[in-house]
Amino acid sequence: MRRALLLPGLLALAAGPGLAGDLVSPPSPEYREECGSCHVAYPPRLLDGAAWARVMAGLADHFGTDASLASATRDRLAAYLAARAAPSRGDASAPPRPDTSRITTSAWFLRKHRDGHDGLHAALWRTPAVGNPANCGACHRAAAEGRYSEHEIQLPVSTGASSR
Amino acid sequence: MPKLPRQTPLLALLLGLLPLHAGAQSAAGLLERYSEEARREAPAYAASAARGEALFHQRGKDDWRCAGCHTDKPVVAGRHLVTGKPIAPLAPAANPERFNDAARAEKWFRRNCKDVFERPCSAAEKGDLLAYLLEQRP
Ligand code: HEC
Ligand code: HEC
Ligand code: HEC
Repeated sequence: MRRALLLPGLLALAAGPGLAGDLVSPPSPEYREECGSCHVAYPPRLLDGAAWARVMAGLADHFGTDASLASATRDRLAAYLAARAAPSRGDASAPPRPDTSRITTSAWFLRKHRDGHDGLHAALWRTPAVGNPANCGACHRAAAEGRYSEHEIQLPVSTGASSR
Repeated sequence: MPKLPRQTPLLALLLGLLPLHAGAQSAAGLLERYSEEARREAPAYAASAARGEALFHQRGKDDWRCAGCHTDKPVVAGRHLVTGKPIAPLAPAANPERFNDAARAEKWFRRNCKDVFERPCSAAEKGDLLAYLLEQRP
């Protein structure tokens, strides 16, 4: 069932413009201020509406930290994310696992960042400069502005991996 | 008209009435505000950089410390313990944007004290922490 839904999505992705093209919209000042301080303001397009709703409903215990906001601010940002989220189903550009609100464990993310792809290797993720896959800005130098194109990737040099 | 303590200068009174989110202000002004609030509980309170330093380095839940993300010498850039994202220096001498917005400072004190100490910091503790940070020089 899931696979059947996924396949047309994958084809659409292969045919359509790269996802990076869809991501170029910079975060709004408020989204960047409130959701871009502990990590970059993640592209809304990388989670579906249900996942964003879960994230926004649990900010007081947000992946082990307190990211709570005044309720008016939270409601504005929840609407901002809902309006820009990935379609819930059949869109392979960002299929989050149903049980997680993470981008970095989605099938899409793991595929794009698989071992051996474009200089990525397991040890690189654990270097101090990266530390965590959720630290997008360690490699995507323009992540804070919402840009992830391959031209703006620079892998940390401390590893000896070739930077591009 | 309510009766005011005679020695209260009108200006200080007006400043005191401004809400915390009154926008841009200075770290020194915020320290004064926390000190005033602390003196309502303990009239002899004076902010102490030494107490602030101890608190800044004190281990809390999961061994987290303020210094864990903001470094032992907060005039340099820190790094988020979990996400790895760089964090601009916390000491105002190294980063003039710090503590120039009381509402933002309050928001982070509220969350970070809860993450580290599992409780809010008191006005007295915030005054001590700020006194410590104001003393740091690059
Ligand atoms: C106080 C710090 C803090 C703030 C503020 C914050 N986050 Fe997070 N966020 C974290 C931490 C810590 C993680 C977990 C990172 C990890 O474990 O890899 C995280 C993870 C996430 C993830 C999952 C990333 C992944 O691994 O795929 C999403 C999505 C997310 N945050 C969204 C938001 C949104 C939306 C906001 C604004 C409403 C926000 N965050 C504000 C600290 C914060
Ligand atoms: C360790 C370095 C590293 C980290 C950390 C990292 N990426 Fe990547 N990312 C890459 C590399 C390398 C590619 C492959 C580029 C290519 O295929 O041209 C890539 C590809 C991408 C692409 C696809 C670009 C395209 O044109 O198809 C997106 C979108 C992306 N990453 C988003 C993210 C997000 C969001 C995060 C954080 C949650 C993140 N990345 C974390 C290195 C990283
Ligand atoms: C897990 C990481 C982490 C820990 C631990 C932490 N902080 Fe922070 N703190 C941050 C981040 C992230 C920001 C916001 C990023 C920025 O403003 O550059 C921040 C911002 C602040 C600010 C905002 C200052 C301003 O005016 O901009 C204050 C005050 C602060 N922290 C105090 C503390 C205190 C006090 C502690 C210990 C109780 C502490 N922090 C522990 C991550 C942390």
